[in-house]
Amino acid sequence: MIRKEAEKIFETRELNVNMGPQHPATHGVLRLVLDIDGETIVKVTPYVGYLHRGIEKLGESLSYFQALPLTDRMDYVSAMSNNIGYCVAVEKLFGIEAPERAKFIRTIVGEMSRIANHLLWLATHALDIGAMTVFLYCFREREWILDLYEMICGARLTVTYPRVGGVRNDVPQEFLDSLWKFTEEFPSRILEYETLIDQNRIWLLRTKGIGVISAEEAVSWGMTGPTLRGSGVPYDIRKHMPYDAYDKVEFEVPIGTEGDTYDRYRCRMLEMRQSNKIIRQCIEKLPTGPVMADEPKFTLQPKDMMMPITHPTKEMAYFIDEKKCKGCGMCLRACPAKAIFGEKKKPHKIDQALCLQCATCFVTCKFKAMKIIPGGKGLSDEKLAELAAAPVPEEITKAAEYLVRQFEFVKKGPRAPEGELYVATEVPKGELGFYFVSDGSGKPYRMRLRAPSFIHAGCLPRLCIGHLVADVIAAIGTIDIVLGECDR
Amino acid sequence: MAVTEVRISIHPAGLNPKDIAEKIKEQFPDQVIEVAEFRDQVSVIVKRDQIVPILKYLHDDPLLSFDHLQDLTAVDYLNKKDIRFEVVYNLYSIKYRHKIRIRVQVPDNDPKINSVVPIWAGANWHERECFDMFGIVFTRHPDLRRILMPEDWEGHPLRKDYPLKGPAPENEWPGFVEVLNRSKELKEFEWEG
Amino acid sequence: MLIDTSTVGLVEVEEGTKILPPNVIITTLDKFINWGRLSSIWPTTFGLACCAIEMMAAGAAHYDFDRFGIIFRGSPRQADCMIVAGTVTKKMAPVVRRVYDQIPEPRYVVAMGSCACTGGIFRTYSTVQGCDTFLPVDVYVPGCPPRPETLLEGMMLLQEKIRKEQARWSPWR
Repeated sequence: MIRKEAEKIFETRELNVNMGPQHPATHGVLRLVLDIDGETIVKVTPYVGYLHRGIEKLGESLSYFQALPLTDRMDYVSAMSNNIGYCVAVEKLFGIEAPERAKFIRTIVGEMSRIANHLLWLATHALDIGAMTVFLYCFREREWILDLYEMICGARLTVTYPRVGGVRNDVPQEFLDSLWKFTEEFPSRILEYETLIDQNRIWLLRTKGIGVISAEEAVSWGMTGPTLRGSGVPYDIRKHMPYDAYDKVEFEVPIGTEGDTYDRYRCRMLEMRQSNKIIRQCIEKLPTGPVMADEPKFTLQPKDMMMPITHPTKEMAYFIDEKKCKGCGMCLRACPAKAIFGEKKKPHKIDQALCLQCATCFVTCKFKAMKIIPGGKGLSDEKLAELAAAPVPEEITKAAEYLVRQFEFVKKGPRAPEGELYVATEVPKGELGFYFVSDGSGKPYRMRLRAPSFIHAGCLPRLCIGHLVADVIAAIGTIDIVLGECDR
Repeated sequence: MAVTEVRISIHPAGLNPKDIAEKIKEQFPDQVIEVAEFRDQVSVIVKRDQIVPILKYLHDDPLLSFDHLQDLTAVDYLNKKDIRFEVVYNLYSIKYRHKIRIRVQVPDNDPKINSVVPIWAGANWHERECFDMFGIVFTRHPDLRRILMPEDWEGHPLRKDYPLKGPAPENEWPGFVEVLNRSKELKEFEWEG
Repeated sequence: MLIDTSTVGLVEVEEGTKILPPNVIITTLDKFINWGRLSSIWPTTFGLACCAIEMMAAGAAHYDFDRFGIIFRGSPRQADCMIVAGTVTKKMAPVVRRVYDQIPEPRYVVAMGSCACTGGIFRTYSTVQGCDTFLPVDVYVPGCPPRPETLLEGMMLLQEKIRKEQARWSPWR
């Protein structure tokens, strides 16, 4: 009787706790519903999708060049690596190859972004577990890397520097000197972080034996990257399916043994040292040459190729050759300043006073009736007709070709051959896969982004069973998810 | 905590993708519809009745050993092909370093296919996403519900007939309409400066 | 007995504030309370997407937020500002509104980044085109993402806005 009363008073139930989308430790908008028995986890249900922006659907309505900035915003912590993955995939789809110098530069910035990612991972992981000093130290290094990014392309976070066919522009020499100095000082900084937490008793208690997963299970759950390598599986895409300059540099891949949080932490710390080594080798071996592939059908050259025509000091005049003009009226409709006039089937004329020298008519004309006359600004029509009869200089023809190509690409996008392919690259978080289905037009028919964070967030229930509530925070930190990539 | 050297070369026992396609054809002769190739990547298009035995064979066979499911997704070929959807499995073998792609055609009037969660546990969330975005139902899935969109969202966004900018304002998701109404109600308490 | 302020020794430092050396300051209640509020804006951590990283960088050592008195608080009940940093999706909108409702008055909202201001580059089915469709926003900070210095400028603009407020502390407004 008393026993029954006692049991009723001390009845225990499972508690349902919501770790909501707004939480200092959930690395973005991740929602977890924990079923806990006392303090021990019985079940974890993650809810994602709070940052689903529709990137895949948006990519289907943009050309291949225009969809590149969307990939920046996926894994925003290491933006260069997403861009590199996209560029490698699209280059394979087009069947072109980036020049050697561009490959080495892409390897350099890819490894810099790996260091930046691991620094931010360490900062937030340590901050969640309680080591706040590490957060400020890591951000100090990260600021250095972001300053270097700004030196080459002007942006800190969402860079869009690697382009399809190479990179956007060449790196200045001061960037390489500054980066060399960084690689000399960085190992001592890593030593600073390790001194703070590596043998720290609290850190060891909070990370050893937490989130243990065996090798077969980890592969079955689809884990990749350092999360998988901590369990002892030697899978690194830079070694299995090398791209860019990874087959020309020597580096090792750290593999763990236990499969717990501490081993994954050690994997990432050693990876930072290896990235440092790769950057040094790339700087030493950097070849000279162009940074963008010269493929007329698929790539855009840097804008200085069009300088002979487009530079304002050149004082170009645009003139319609009356003998070739068929009077189709396409340039009349295309002109934004309405400077062309004329009747149907009769040769058209350009009003020089209204002309903006924007070259839209030059690009639209299919009959090559438009002539670009250097130094012709302000001259009368008769003088222009005289000059038009003279042969066109070589550089003007070449610049005009590039101009037409630029217009075509920006309007319609380069036409990819029909087919499908899947290309994977090793981003700091794991394996980023791009699956393209192309129907022969300038826009991808289906652009699928296989994000590592999505898969790892699905593994969270498996990692947290049987642990305490505080270990959930350590588990979220160790799988290194970023919700922008998870939800796309 | 060791730092080992992972070799860079192709594994000596790794197979050519075309040979893998031949093996599948030998094992399941009446299931393979077509073998397509593009840029050294081979896709095998199969019927959907025996998809789980085919994938299990690929996973368990000691010479093939496709232990890593790289990606599971779907494509909507509205008006381009007779059968509307295709579910695509990208497989990779970490041991032998070879890969293959399996495509399964799923018709519009009966968008069902068997789930492969018993073979690869990581397929769980992939299949939920396919269901959410395309409406393809995976039978015998442990927990098939929407993952990226809200639970009571109507429509499947990645289908080709779904508008990019979303449904018209009259058909807006009720959860968001609620937020807008609430903000209108509470507007009188805001500071006007 | 009223103090006769027309006598010698009273220095007017700025319009409306007088100092009687060495240690008596005469000012309006508005100025005093606004000065207190603007010097210690405590935002609640609400980083959603990429802008959250720049917000964290603004709070870290290089571009310190703490020297402005801005300390990030975890709970909205202890905060008085909300920096919406990142894309707001329709699934997340009820949560954002709920967190805003939990902040006690006086409260301010800073929309950081293009996505929070107007939806950014994501004109899709699941993105809210600007968080001002359901929140009253005080300061818009554009950029994709805005540099930490831009965010600091935005916070300083917010401080200016607070400085000009009149009688927000009073129950009879």
